[in-house]
Amino acid sequence: MLVGVALFSLGLHGLLAKAHLLHKVLGLNVMASGTFMVFIGAGARVPGVAPDPVPQAMVLTGIVVAVCTAAYALALTRRIRDVTGRTTLPGEHDTPPPPHRAARDY
Amino acid sequence: MIGSALPLLVVLSSLLAGLIIFTLPEGRRGLRTVINLTGALSKLVLIGFMLWGVYHGVEYELRYPLLPGLDLVLRADPLALLFVTLSAGLWLLTTVYAIAYLEHEGSGNRSRFFGFFSLCVSATVGIAMAGNPFTFFVFYEILTLVTYPLVVHRGTEAALRAGRVYLAYTLSGGVVLLVGLVWLYALAGPVEFAAGGVLADAGLSHGILVALFVLLIGGLGVKCALFPLHGWLPVAMVAPAPVSALLHAVAVVKAGAFGIVRVVYEIYGVEFARDLGLMWPLASLAAFTIIYASLRALMQEDLKRRLAFSTVSQLSYIVLGVAIVGPLATLGGVVHLVHQGVMKITLFFCAGNYAETLHIHRVSELNGVGRRMPWTTAAFTVGALGMMGMPPIAGFVSKWYLGLGALESGQGLWIAVLAGSTLLNAAYFLPLLYRAWFLPTTAGWADPRPRPETGRALLWPPVITAAISLLIGLFAAAAWSPLAWTALATREQYAP
Amino acid sequence: MPYFALAVSTLALGSAAGLARHVALEGALRYPLGGWGAPLGIDLYVDGLAALALLMTGVVNWFIGLYATAYFADDRAGRYFWPLWLFLSGALNALFVSADLFNLYVTLELVGLASVALAALSGKGPALVASMRYLLVTLLGSLLYLMAVALLYAAYGALDIATVGARLQNEPVAWVAFALITVGMWLKIALFPLHFWLPPAHANAPGPVSALLSGLVVKAGFYLLLRFWIMLFPDTFDPRAGHVLGAFGVAAIIWGSLHALRQRRLKLLVAYSTVAQMGYLFLLFPLSFTVQGASAWSGVVLYMLAHAGAKAAMFMAASNLLLAYGHDRIDGLSGSAHIMPVTLFAFGLSGVTLMGLPPSGGFVAKWLLLSAAVEAQMWFYVGAIVLGGLLAAAYVFRVLRSASRIVPSTAAGTLAVRRLPRRLEWAPLVLAAVAAALGFYAVLPLELLEEAAPFTEVAP
Repeated sequence: MLVGVALFSLGLHGLLAKAHLLHKVLGLNVMASGTFMVFIGAGARVPGVAPDPVPQAMVLTGIVVAVCTAAYALALTRRIRDVTGRTTLPGEHDTPPPPHRAARDY
Repeated sequence: MIGSALPLLVVLSSLLAGLIIFTLPEGRRGLRTVINLTGALSKLVLIGFMLWGVYHGVEYELRYPLLPGLDLVLRADPLALLFVTLSAGLWLLTTVYAIAYLEHEGSGNRSRFFGFFSLCVSATVGIAMAGNPFTFFVFYEILTLVTYPLVVHRGTEAALRAGRVYLAYTLSGGVVLLVGLVWLYALAGPVEFAAGGVLADAGLSHGILVALFVLLIGGLGVKCALFPLHGWLPVAMVAPAPVSALLHAVAVVKAGAFGIVRVVYEIYGVEFARDLGLMWPLASLAAFTIIYASLRALMQEDLKRRLAFSTVSQLSYIVLGVAIVGPLATLGGVVHLVHQGVMKITLFFCAGNYAETLHIHRVSELNGVGRRMPWTTAAFTVGALGMMGMPPIAGFVSKWYLGLGALESGQGLWIAVLAGSTLLNAAYFLPLLYRAWFLPTTAGWADPRPRPETGRALLWPPVITAAISLLIGLFAAAAWSPLAWTALATREQYAP
Repeated sequence: MPYFALAVSTLALGSAAGLARHVALEGALRYPLGGWGAPLGIDLYVDGLAALALLMTGVVNWFIGLYATAYFADDRAGRYFWPLWLFLSGALNALFVSADLFNLYVTLELVGLASVALAALSGKGPALVASMRYLLVTLLGSLLYLMAVALLYAAYGALDIATVGARLQNEPVAWVAFALITVGMWLKIALFPLHFWLPPAHANAPGPVSALLSGLVVKAGFYLLLRFWIMLFPDTFDPRAGHVLGAFGVAAIIWGSLHALRQRRLKLLVAYSTVAQMGYLFLLFPLSFTVQGASAWSGVVLYMLAHAGAKAAMFMAASNLLLAYGHDRIDGLSGSAHIMPVTLFAFGLSGVTLMGLPPSGGFVAKWLLLSAAVEAQMWFYVGAIVLGGLLAAAYVFRVLRSASRIVPSTAAGTLAVRRLPRRLEWAPLVLAAVAAALGFYAVLPLELLEEAAPFTEVAP
């Protein structure tokens, strides 16, 4: 379970600290794996007894979901590269873009 | 059954008319006029029924529970009918006037204009018949919303700016009132308007009662244009003349004044409010507003702005009458609700006629207009003299009872205020009359004057309202006069 | 395709109404999928709150669908809109009826994926970038939630909400799970200061999608939070935690409103308004501990319903202006009140609901919230609520003022305004009217809500 938490944190770091979209997507995947580890750990708490099958079923579902989201995120990343020519997100801005930008944005 | 349906029908008669008018294409002038007049006339007929019923002691009440402990209540008591009759009667005349006025001005968007105009009247009669503060607030805020499109109707920069000022004042006032009302409900449970007040036995501390009073009167004082909350009214004068006439002389400002009457008499109870020490400050504020606004009126060159400051001043007569505490002062103050409405609408109709017929907007341009437009100017004269308190016009009756009331409760100071205000009224109205009747014209108006002097539908409404202000003053003692009705409406406000 | 989808949506609305009627008459409904039953199987559970959320989705979705039939009439993007729209509605409905922690995770992901795909529909650069950011945020939120589920399962060995609720202890594991869920949903609801992703994503999407995202999707996160904070954790709840959320809610109201006021583009203004309105929902958490907790609860749920309708209608109206004028710069919308009165009416009417002015549903909700705050003497929240209303009025009327400005006749000829099909104008108006009239039938949803009222026990 500790491994899971560690992986989760590592992934979170990747998501937040890296600018490249691929890094971010991978970070999310690492986080997901961490979560799955915690599930598996939760299912096998008592040594010697057959592990609880419910978390394993959940992890299986979770993997399916994670694969789908990763595929989707990668497709979106490619599309962004094709359209804008970049693989990073522009800097966070909450202030309104300058007028000429606003006009072009639409 | 009919007892609960009537108040609803009175609201619906203009509401439905308004909603139908919204859907009409711009070109359907005839149909729009028919719907407008049908709504206005049917409302008057319904009110006639109610007047007859209430006079014979029937209670009309409609109750719709919105949430547990939160009812919408429409009730036709004598006080409500005083305001309802005033607004419905003037609505009919103003509609006639407005149809002609917009035709003359050639402005577009008339379906929108008349739609919102009808909604305004619905909101006003809702305010009048509200049976509890919650219902009052609902209609009060609706009135704010539906008047906005009328203020910005012309779409010019000045109109848009006026709309912004208007909203800034009224919505802020509405918020203060809302907090006050929520607090009132939290402290005293679901209250209803009741003669003699409801808070005297609620066992609340003095400090809370004072704070609550400040919130409620502060919120209502915006629409009632009490100093220093009056700034929106002169600015809003950029609206078309019928809007200034009905809304800014009658509906909106009276909604504030009427609310103050309800709060003082039917929430606090006037004697309880006096014992709390709340009436002296209110009376002083009203007196100050009367004098201050009269002085400002004196300095205005623009005719409609002069009238607007005069409205600010006259509204505080009502508040003063409420705050003096005493049956006679109450009579004078509350009846001024009607008297001031009829006289002031006359003045605004006339100002609109001058503007539309001869493009007169400023005081200095009035020279000799009496010979060019004698009927309009005659009506204007009656209104202006009434405002000064010249007998036997309606304004005299109000002032007479206000003065008697001040004497009765031993507050002679207010007599001085009334006298001073009369002098100031004379100072800002008499020069207008002098210019209009006695000075030679400076503009080259077509001579001989055309007959009629302006469109018939523009001419008749001010003549009729001028005649009414004369009649209700002359026959103030008659059983059907606003004075008699006010006496009926206020007799239960004082503990026997 | 469009009419098939609309027919499906009509069926969904009908089912939601039927369910609501059932809940109102016979109480909450529990349905074991496949007949297994909790704790092993997966249960569906519909109480008053769920029924209301379903109804809200049904009604708002139906109007958005109607609008979309005209909006995408000659647009290739429409081909992708319809399946994604149905997918999103299904996911939302599934989320509202789930009674199982893991099932909620799956539905949450489905909602997120469908929303991001919809937001990217136009395929233009800004929309793609906004969607990417949206995707990362929503995935992060879901993973935080999933981690919490893992922790809860490890500690209590159950996934059914009611079972976990019964076994829950006031201990660190529960706190951590609880914090993870809160932060995860915080992201998805875009509560200040984690709102950065919302305005671009909502504003750059096509009209019907903006309406969906702002009207319905953000409510899914709030719904989950409601379920957890109010219905799962009542005993371990520390009032101070409520105040923290409340304080952020107040900050969101003020920050969002001020930003809405500063925007030059109409759709961004409406999106920032959503940021502000989400703040109102968070006032529930501090106010629910007061004597008037039930009143705050009713007020917030009512606000959620009113906002869903009004915000969807407002986005549709804003998109109409964008379609007709070819841009949505607020200063450039002169004369629109004259040219497109129906759209402007819809905008104004939905604005009335958002400002919380009578007789709208927003007003009744605001009255209830204010009652709770006044009764508890929490003047800080009273001030925030009324200030938020005034600021909302300021930005709504800023648009109306610009729309009422008359166009000089010299410039009128150069103004190329596209005429819109009638359906585009009337769908938002009717939806705005439904939301505005909510004040008059507020008693119906509130009675339905009794079927889930958590405050029957909490309130002293």
